Formats: sequence, structure tokens, C-alpha cells
Amino acid sequence: MATAETNRRSRPKFVAYLVPLAAVVVALGIGAIMLGLLGASPIEGFRAMLKGAFGSSDALIETALKATPLLFVGVGITIAFRANVINIGGEGQMVAGALLATAIALALPDLPAVVMLPTVLVAGIVGGAAWGAVPGALKAYYNVNEILSTIMLNVVAVQLMNYLLRGPMIDPGELERGTRIPQTARLQEGADLPLLFGGGRLHIGPLVAVLAAIGAYILLWRTPLGYRVRAVGLSPDAARYAGISVKRTIVLAMTMSGAMSGLAGAVLVFGSESHRMVTDGSTVGFTGSAGFNGIVAALFGGLHPLWTIPASFMFGGLLVGGIALQRAVQVPSALIMALNGLVVVFVVASDRWKKRLQEQPVHLDDVAPNPPPPRETVVDGGGGP
Amino acid sequence: MNEFFTQAILIATVASGIRLAVPLLLASLGETFGQRSGVLNLGVDGIMLLGAFGGYYTVLKTDSVWLGLLTGIGIGIILGLVSAVISVTLKAEQGISGIGIYLFGLGMSDLLFQKLVGTPRPVSSFPKLDIPGLSDIPILGEMLFQHSMIVYVAFGLVPVSMYIINRTTFGMNIRAVGENPEAADSLGVSVVRTRYLTVTIGGTLAGIAGAALAIDLGIFQQNLTNAQGFIAIALVYFGAWRPAGVMGGALLYGFVNSLVLQFKTLGIIPRSWSDIAAMAPAIITILALVLVARRFRQPAALTKPFTRGA
Repeated sequence: MATAETNRRSRPKFVAYLVPLAAVVVALGIGAIMLGLLGASPIEGFRAMLKGAFGSSDALIETALKATPLLFVGVGITIAFRANVINIGGEGQMVAGALLATAIALALPDLPAVVMLPTVLVAGIVGGAAWGAVPGALKAYYNVNEILSTIMLNVVAVQLMNYLLRGPMIDPGELERGTRIPQTARLQEGADLPLLFGGGRLHIGPLVAVLAAIGAYILLWRTPLGYRVRAVGLSPDAARYAGISVKRTIVLAMTMSGAMSGLAGAVLVFGSESHRMVTDGSTVGFTGSAGFNGIVAALFGGLHPLWTIPASFMFGGLLVGGIALQRAVQVPSALIMALNGLVVVFVVASDRWKKRLQEQPVHLDDVAPNPPPPRETVVDGGGGP
Repeated sequence: MNEFFTQAILIATVASGIRLAVPLLLASLGETFGQRSGVLNLGVDGIMLLGAFGGYYTVLKTDSVWLGLLTGIGIGIILGLVSAVISVTLKAEQGISGIGIYLFGLGMSDLLFQKLVGTPRPVSSFPKLDIPGLSDIPILGEMLFQHSMIVYVAFGLVPVSMYIINRTTFGMNIRAVGENPEAADSLGVSVVRTRYLTVTIGGTLAGIAGAALAIDLGIFQQNLTNAQGFIAIALVYFGAWRPAGVMGGALLYGFVNSLVLQFKTLGIIPRSWSDIAAMAPAIITILALVLVARRFRQPAALTKPFTRGA
């Protein structure tokens, strides 16, 4: 391991990091063709995209806000992937966290603001953690494929959301007026995320997300728990040999991963402009696919929590810019979803080329820590097979 | 509850369960081929959605359900090939790349619908085909033999798939490549070609499944499949990678869905509970996965890309 690290120095690492960027460029190239076919000007579209994402302080704020759930989810994904668990359940975990946080805010309207905000954020963490712990435990103790169980739990979460927001948690005003829009009442002001710089739209969400990323970095590389997570991911057998409980570690990794997504969900609700939880009947309507896009942000960031910060910001810009593009050239917003899919495909497909450039083990099953880890390595700890 | 236990309603419930199972059955039979060869294609739902739109649009323009199905097949072949390039040649992480295909299909089908159709217009559905003789059997005939052609085709594909997987050289190659690609490769079986074929078969059947769904309903709308493609993938696990098991799972799904629909129509389930009832399939799937994971083992090379000499 240590020698591999030194050998790799021969090739500058940034070349490898250009690969996902190239993948995005290719995806956008296809997007340009699609725009052309739709009778819109790609150049005008992409100009609007850039301007909408990064062209003004308002645009940058919008991008930061869009990047926030991606960063939370991406950090969570990083933790799960390090333990070699593929968490596709970010969408459901976001919804679960948001639902629990919203339910608490509705149930305890009289809490003072000082207590309220931390309470609902913790509720978000707990809701997401629970939704992540279930597939973790199913994988660890019943050998159930986590890709399937997390997808199924996404479906369950969205139905739960629809049921709660159309029934028990609906705004009483909606019932009185008979409009029955599936949304909660305006939540307690004490739970609003405090705004940064006075007036604007920017709340503390992005800041919390960056702190979470730093926290995850410390957890993964500076604590015994993080060491166990990475050990299990690199070689379950070696980890077991070293006396690590593989099953418990998998459950913990999925729980932490879910907790991050749950926090993302809570931040979405309490940082929203309307300060209510709303459903349009679909998961995407609430999450904006952040549960999936966070995975891509994490891959972009080389499954490293700190690199996931700029990666999320870039990806957030892409999404905000996409909306600006769609408005500028007047194409249906479904185009953004299609482009989003293309970006996912190309980034994921390019991942292996990136790893090849880094001369690292190539399958996610055996991802090595991406920027060089501190001295201790798993093989040292595991003592060999 | 009593009004449910009348002969007419029971027959209708079973018959509609069989009908509802068809898209799931087609898609999961296709996915079975891919998974037996070691490739998990998570993009089924996206392929189904595009197949559904293609099928719907063709019927809208030509008024021929058969041309509609053909369009579904064409779209399925193309997207199956694309999926194969992504997961076999580019060796992308299969758990995630399929999500990209799903999002692409979800967005693209909606985009095309808005651009080319706009307001939903119903199209003609499959003609009913009563099997002579058999359809006259009391009760059973009404349940099983008064369906449209696509229903018979879908269920007919079950023994065909069993035969291909278990009794042909191609099927043996599929299984070998899914269990031990290195060994298969050393014996001269092309892992790449086998997987390209199975993933393309999977895409084709997903495309047909989507077209069948849209034409059967006679409509298209955004997210028409409502995650059925994902359920179809889970059904492959549910059926322990065997066509007959997959069929059992698809039928169970069809019946659960048709029961829920029937209960809602009869007012046995209150309307406010319909969202809760809609959770049933996913929860049943999770429970089934627990049971199956205890007794069956997945193909050893599932989700693992093959690199010679690695």
C-alpha cells in the first residue's frame, strides 16, 4: 500500500480529476444537440446557464443552496461507500428525515426558538438514520442486497409522505378552503434556518453542510470508528481477522449515511422559502433528485468528503444553470431531468478511466482511499488474510 | 367486504391481476437474462418509460398497436445496447449508472410527450383475443383465456426463457459468465459478447414492457411506469433468478395491485388510505428479499465487470 502511494506520485493527480469534467462536457455536448433539435440556440442556452449558475451574487447564492442537499447526501454516500455499501436510498432517507423533523415542528409548536431549531435538525438526522439503518441491518444480518432494499424504501418513503401530507399533517387551512393542496401549515418561525448576511436567501444550510463534510473527514480518517469503516470496505475478511465487527460497522455506516441525507431533508424544509413541507406526489418533487445527484457529487469528489464540497458546488451550479437555460430558451423543464441523467451516466462511466489514471484498484468494491490516507493502512491493521 | 366475494368480481380481480402482471413479467424476464450473466441493469424503468412513449406515440400516429409494439422493441434494442456499452465496455458501477439511464428516460419521455403530443389523447388498446374452446370454460376461461395477445405472449416467454437459459449452449454460456467469467473466458466463451446479448435482450423486453403498458392503458403521462421497472428488478431477486419464480412474483404483484384497486373501487379501503395501500408492494418485496436471500445465492459475478487477467 505505502509503495503504491509513492509510485503514483509520478503522474500528476489533476489529470485524473479532469476526467469527470470531460464527462460533463460530453453530456452537455449531447444536451446542445438536443437543444438544437428542439429548435433552440445552444449557445444562447449555455450562456444563460453559466450566467444563471455563477454570473451574479444571487446566482452564486442559488447555487450554494442547490449544492447543500447534494453535499449532505454526498458526504453520507462517501461514508457508506467507504464501508463498501452502495446507498441508493438517499431520496427516501431525505424524505424520512424531513417528515420526522416536520412532524416534530408541528407537534411542539411552543418550543422556544433556541431549542426548536436544534431539535428539528436532530429529528431530521434521526429520521434519515432510521431509514438508512434498516437496509444496513438487512444487508449485514440477512444478506439482502442494499441496492434493492434502498430503492424499495424510497418507494415506501414517498407513499408515506403523500399519506401524511394529504392526511394527518395537512395544513388545516387547506381543509377549510377545500383546496386540499398536500402541504403542511407554515411551520413555526423558531425553526426557520437563520439567514446569513441579513436579508437575502442565503441561510446557514450550506455552512452546516460544509461543517458536516469536515466532520465526516475527521470521522473517517481520525477516529477508530472511521478506521473500522474503511477497514471493512477494503477487506471485510482482514477487518474481521483484526477483531472488527463487520456487521455492526456496516449498519453504523448506513446509519450515518442515512443521517446525512435526513439532515439534507430537514434543511430543505426549514430552509425553503415557504417554510412548509409540500409534496407533488413524487419524491423528485421534494428532493429534486438530490438523493441521486449527491451520489454523483460524491463520485466527482473521489469519494472524499472534502473534495465533495467543490464537487457539490459545481454540480449545484449545473442544476441551477439548467433551470436558467430552460427559461432562457423556452424548452420544457423535463429537458433538465434528461440532461441530469446523461451527466450521471457519463460521470459514472468515466469513473473507471479516472481510477485507471490514478493507477488505483478499479472497482468500487475495492476503492482505496483517494487522497493518500495517513500512515495507518488496513493491511497493517488486518495482518493479512 | 361481502360485495367482494361475488363470482363476477372475483373473476374480474384475477383477470385484471394477470393483465397487470404483464409489463412486470416482460421487464423482469429480460432483467433475468442480464443478471444471470452478471450484469445488473438498474435503468429498466427509464427504458420502459421511453418504450412506453414510443409505443403510445406510434399508435397515436398510425393507429396500429403492432407498429406501437415494434417501436417499443426498437427503442428497447437501442437502449439495451447503450446500457451494455456503459456497463460492459465502460465498466461503469452498475448500481449507479442505471439510475442515470432512469433519470434520462424519465426526463426524455416527458420532454418528447410535451413537445410532440402536449395534451393527453387516448389511443386504441390491444384487441381482445379469446382462445377458441378454452375461453368457454366457465370461470377459468374468463380468468385466463379472454385476454389480449400481449398477455399470452408474455406468459409464453416464460417457458421460452427457461428453455434458453437451461437447455441451450447460449444459456450455458450465460450462466458460466455470470458465475465465473474467468473460467468461461479461458474456455473460449466471449464474456463481452454474451453480456452484450443478455443486456440487449433485457433492454428489448423492457422496451416491449413499456409499450405494452402504455398501449394497454391507451394513454401516456409523465412517469407512467411509476417505478414498475424497479419492482421488476426486485422480482428477479424474488424469483431467485429463475423465469418461473419471476413469473410467480409478477403474478403476486399483479394480484396485490388488482386487489387494492378493487378494494378501493368497492370502498373497502377508504380513499385516504390509498397511499398507505400503495406501500404494500414495496414492503412485500423487502420481506420477500429477506426470505429469498436466506435460501438462494445470487450469480457470483453479479455487478462485477470483467477484465481479462485482472
